[in-house]
Amino acid sequence: MTTANAGAETAAETVEKDLTVFLVQRTGAEPDVDQDLFATGVISSMFAMELVVHLEDTYDIEIVGPELSRDNFRSVRAVAAMVLRLSSAEAT
Amino acid sequence: MPDTPTLVKCLVWDLDNTLWRGTLLEDPDVALADEIRRTIVELDARGILQAVASKNDHDHAWQRLEALGVAEYFVLPQIGWHPKSQSIKTIADELNFALKTIAFIDDQPAERAEVTYHHAEVRCYDATQVAELTGLPEFSPVVVTVDAARRRSMYQAGFQRTAERENFTGPDEEFLRSLDLVMEIKRADEVDLSRVEELTLRTSQMNATGVHYSDADLRALIADPDHEVLTVTLTDRFGPHGAVGVMLLGYHEKVWHLKLLATSCRVVSFGAGAVLLNWLISEAAAAGAHLAADFRRTDRNRMMEIAYRFAGFTDDRCGCLDSLPGNDSDPERAGIEFRHLVADRRPEPTTMRVEAPALDSGARA
Repeated sequence: MTTANAGAETAAETVEKDLTVFLVQRTGAEPDVDQDLFATGVISSMFAMELVVHLEDTYDIEIVGPELSRDNFRSVRAVAAMVLRLSSAEAT
Repeated sequence: MPDTPTLVKCLVWDLDNTLWRGTLLEDPDVALADEIRRTIVELDARGILQAVASKNDHDHAWQRLEALGVAEYFVLPQIGWHPKSQSIKTIADELNFALKTIAFIDDQPAERAEVTYHHAEVRCYDATQVAELTGLPEFSPVVVTVDAARRRSMYQAGFQRTAERENFTGPDEEFLRSLDLVMEIKRADEVDLSRVEELTLRTSQMNATGVHYSDADLRALIADPDHEVLTVTLTDRFGPHGAVGVMLLGYHEKVWHLKLLATSCRVVSFGAGAVLLNWLISEAAAAGAHLAADFRRTDRNRMMEIAYRFAGFTDDRCGCLDSLPGNDSDPERAGIEFRHLVADRRPEPTTMRVEAPALDSGARA
């Protein structure tokens, strides 16, 4: 149990790091893991599309329908949680 | 039935013995014939861009174009010692135009042949044909919109904008703020509609339903008190982007029905779609109305789906949807789903100023 939790934490950190790198590359700014990504004007439709496609390609997941919610994309932490949830669902 | 030829979107001019009489290296005072000046001005007014591919010293030739008072009409001048096929390819790539929409005029058969050899799609004309050009169907768009007449200045502003963006090292948000963007949303009149028809035809990626509302459809709805037709323009310190969006709303007691939202691909990277949606959501919140947006998945509009979802729209059911037209009764609405939102006040955008009318529901009791 403890081991599984530790593993999950590591994975979340990995996704958060990767995502932060992507955001820095594409927007020039480094957000905090809990920073509201919608509070600034940077999430254009084009960038949102690039972000979704990047996550799908990198983690071999599909993000469709209700998963494309504002809550799932609100912060780096929220996105990482969604990625882990979807990738474990694909695996099972 | 005669085929309509593909319209020319950019004409590339040779200079020596084509645009001007004589060769610049031999005669520094080469002159411009009146009929050529007229052709340049007329094509510009029709929204056809014009560029230069000339074998000359760049600064020398450009100074002469300025002295003749026509330099401002040209975009992306390619003046140097490259093969003209390469110059034309560069122009087409920079404009993001297909080669079949490019035309080239040159007095030298060898230059035209060189271009044709590499790019058979480019239409080539002999310098002796200059006077005929404005009479040819490929240089005669059926409708010339306000934006068409300003197309060249919009492209020139776009090149400046791109150059600044490339040199800007800070975050995107700061760059956007530095542009002094102003979005103007207004109730459409007939002139505005002629500008957006092109938009609803062209922007299939950014059209939520793939349904094309014609100029006549929208015109009929302007006078209808139960509908609102809004057009959107965007301006920044480099100049206007022109008409960049159109929105069609149907008013119902509890819900505003967003039937059409189309925005130009040119302004997607400025976040214009999200700003527009957030403005509408705040207006609906002020009026105490829910929002229901038509959405139909096409091969190309996933970006639109994401835009709606990220703005907070869901496919949840709500009682307000019962008052809207059923999708079974009308074959035109086949496959259209609702995306629903309980509107809430949204913060003002940080990257642009929005000028818009209040969508007052008080007028409709």
